[in-house]
Amino acid sequence: MERFDISVDGRAVPAEPGQTIGAALHAAGVRSWRSTRFGGRPRGLFCGIGVCFDCLVEVNGRPAERACQLEARPGDEVSTS
Amino acid sequence: MIHDLAVIGGGPAGVAGALTAALAGLRVVLLDGGPRLGGQYFRHAHGAEPEPRFARQSHALRQRAEVLLKHQVWAVSREDDAFTVHAHGTARAEVRARRVLIATGAHDRPLPFPGWDLPGVLTAGGAQALLKGERVPAGRRIAVAGTGPFLLPVAAGLARAGAEVAGVFEASGGLGLARHPVMALGKAGEAAGYAWALAARRVPYRRNHAVIAAHGEHELRAVTVARLDRDWNVLGTEELECDALAVGYGFVPQIELAVQLGCLTRQDADGTPVVDVDARQRTSVPGVWAAGEPTGVGGWELSETEGRIAGLALAGAGEVPGLLLRRRARLRAFAAALQGAYPVRPGWQSWLTPDTLICRCEEVPLARVREAQELGATDARSIKLLARPGMGWCQGRMCGYALACLAGEPQQPPRRPIAQPISLGALAEPPQKEH
Repeated sequence: MERFDISVDGRAVPAEPGQTIGAALHAAGVRSWRSTRFGGRPRGLFCGIGVCFDCLVEVNGRPAERACQLEARPGDEVSTS
Repeated sequence: MIHDLAVIGGGPAGVAGALTAALAGLRVVLLDGGPRLGGQYFRHAHGAEPEPRFARQSHALRQRAEVLLKHQVWAVSREDDAFTVHAHGTARAEVRARRVLIATGAHDRPLPFPGWDLPGVLTAGGAQALLKGERVPAGRRIAVAGTGPFLLPVAAGLARAGAEVAGVFEASGGLGLARHPVMALGKAGEAAGYAWALAARRVPYRRNHAVIAAHGEHELRAVTVARLDRDWNVLGTEELECDALAVGYGFVPQIELAVQLGCLTRQDADGTPVVDVDARQRTSVPGVWAAGEPTGVGGWELSETEGRIAGLALAGAGEVPGLLLRRRARLRAFAAALQGAYPVRPGWQSWLTPDTLICRCEEVPLARVREAQELGATDARSIKLLARPGMGWCQGRMCGYALACLAGEPQQPPRRPIAQPISLGALAEPPQKEH
């Protein structure tokens, strides 16, 4: 499979086959994709191995996916907040 | 079908244990949450080959055992004379087995400091996973900080991948790179390789230094590097520009499944709760074995050795070969020496300010922890009930160690009835019985 694009808030971001959503975002310079409930602080990857749940992101309408665990698929729509 | 053995975790311990047991004729199933075998140490990118020996083991295992990847185990229960392993991945799944081998590895042990929740700050293991598993360097100009020998491969890997490593800041003192204890265990080649990779790119390696604050509005733009005394109190600071920080202060073994099953734990050399096992890697609960980091952090070689010993014992071998037992003893002694050489010193608490987050999930700052203590919460559990640190998504995995230090007690074994957050929808779904 060739490189493909996913959509991040409507913007095309390239992903490698087998790459996670979090890695594709990070590689594209998108390093923060949610705000915390209380302080509104920006968050992105932290533990990178599915333990810390800091990298939660909405993908194809499903909220609270771990970006560091979820493999990117062609056409995935990612919404950041 | 009831398997003879369910192995939880597909890293060096799990794969070695599963393969050894399968070669001896047991019907084995192995479950791992990741998309590929390897765990943390043998993590590799999609389409890449892992390290050759591990690749051969994985290949042999797949021919002889059932391997369920992308299956995250959230509970293990015991009914009658068999265990049920509850997992979820694309769907909920249950696997039954007469015995269980827990080989669930470890995760980074972070320490809080001002700004540690800024995007661009990653755990050392997180930066390593991003590089090894995804071929993405954490940033362009990266600082590596914390304590322990793991900082070296992280920094060397990033440097080799073309990132600029702004410096390696090892909080402990006393041992220079040339006298690094990794050198002393026939690992001179490995350590020299890292040292060479760093020296060739003129990466500064500073002992008695730490990153004590991260700065930036929406993401990391600089860190404060401090020179430390031997207790990690600050002697002087300077600011260093960087867009990423990989930071880690050792590892926390993932033992919640063993604790769920009632396995006895003990404190490792540095106070970390680990699963207590006998000479054959058996836990205190009949039918439950453990190998690798859950029995004490010691690296991939010790994990693999323990996995093989567990596999032989599970298959009913009368005696475990002396060679394996001696190797385990030597590697355990080395692991204990490393824990002794890289202790976390109490001065890190002086890096915190009242508004420094202790718990990232529930956004609990130090001030609220102190307030709870003033209200009479003397132990970590009471602090948690009053101020909520450790009550969020990660269930205290990231802040548990720091909170125990702040409460002045050793870290307690984790009590999590569900080892992985799972949606209520997934829980309500009827499980698929796998074969």
